[in-house]
Amino acid sequence: MQQIINFLVRNKILLLYFFFLIISLALTVQTHSYHQSKFLNSSNAISGGIFETANDVSSYFNLREENRRLHRENERLHTLLYNSEKDTTGLPMDSTLREYTVVRGRVIRNSYASPLNYITINKGRKDSIKQDMGVITTLGILGIVENTSANYATVQSILNEKSNINAKIKNTNHFGSLVWNGEDYQTVQLADIPRLVELHIGDTIVTGAMSSIFPENIPIGAISKFDLDQSKSFYSIEVRLFNDMTNINNVYIIEDLNRAEKIELLTETNSNDQ
Amino acid sequence: MINNSVFINVVRFLLLVLAQVLIFNKLNFFGYINPMVYVLFLFWYPLKENRATFITLCFLLGLTVDIFSDTLAINAAATATIAYLRPPLMRFVFGVNYEFQSFRLNNATKAQQFTFLALLIVIHHLAFFTLEIFSFVNILLILKKTLVVGTSSIILCLLFSALFSTKKE
Repeated sequence: MQQIINFLVRNKILLLYFFFLIISLALTVQTHSYHQSKFLNSSNAISGGIFETANDVSSYFNLREENRRLHRENERLHTLLYNSEKDTTGLPMDSTLREYTVVRGRVIRNSYASPLNYITINKGRKDSIKQDMGVITTLGILGIVENTSANYATVQSILNEKSNINAKIKNTNHFGSLVWNGEDYQTVQLADIPRLVELHIGDTIVTGAMSSIFPENIPIGAISKFDLDQSKSFYSIEVRLFNDMTNINNVYIIEDLNRAEKIELLTETNSNDQ
Repeated sequence: MINNSVFINVVRFLLLVLAQVLIFNKLNFFGYINPMVYVLFLFWYPLKENRATFITLCFLLGLTVDIFSDTLAINAAATATIAYLRPPLMRFVFGVNYEFQSFRLNNATKAQQFTFLALLIVIHHLAFFTLEIFSFVNILLILKKTLVVGTSSIILCLLFSALFSTKKE
């Protein structure tokens, strides 16, 4: 007994170090294998507050660019509005008829240099932001809400090795999954497109209908390179993003109001199969 | 005197965390170079202090940076590692000299200070990128990032330590 205690006292620094190392490794493994930790992330009140204050200042520097981008989007939306068919039913738009709700938000922390990138935005539970809502910008998709606090939320960026989003080639129904290999922040990879599909460099990639997070046909990027993968039956496609991931400020958070129903149906079908 | 040293270290801790997360994590020079200046905390920390307190503090420092950058516990692991390795490193760099009561960091030669800082940063970055990339298949990427980001960290840390040097002449 005496010797055990002596041993502990003698090596207490080493043991303390191992204790901390094991804690941090456990947290690291957890981050790699499953969702982010619930509380220790940048959407908590203190870090969120600090990032928001810093962003309040730094966002002044690219106001002109941001303004131009929003102006351009307004132009596009106006064109759509004036060219759309007049509402023939005469009924006012009712909130129960809607499929999606959109909330605007602002990025207060962006990251794109690590293999697991997260973005922090200034909307949280108080603005009814929930996990697994889609986040887009005027140019394309950005990511999926991962964690929320009262006033902030973290978004799993599409530049995250854990990200996996249903995407398809525009105007066809060939869909695959969009992943990122962690190398270049301007390109992501589209997998699982069979080789019989005819592809061209420059083809647009949009979100697919299979997702219960994003509406269909939201732009993602354009094909910059494609090649057959090792099995020779699927393409591996490089997609150059429309979004400049290094420069994002205003975002929209999209909620699919029928998501619960879709998921319920899917789990029911899956459980019937077994 | 003790209160003064505690106060200085608390301020240093907070300022380095803020500088790291608000300025240096956003640099993204060439797309991925984010120098890690908070390692300076370990460089500046008093040489003769309780090791247990020191390791705990460094773990907390890493964890705070982790929370801000959503890289849970990678920084904490790397920082705890260099905190544990600091005394052997100092013995290696400064020789037996550092065991003496009167030894101060300022008494060491510039070359010794540089070697000490460089060793801290290289070990820290190696541990950090190994955990971040998390696979030995990409060992070349780990080494490349350690080398490139490490160099930028060393340059910035040297500039910082020259700027906030406590030497009175």
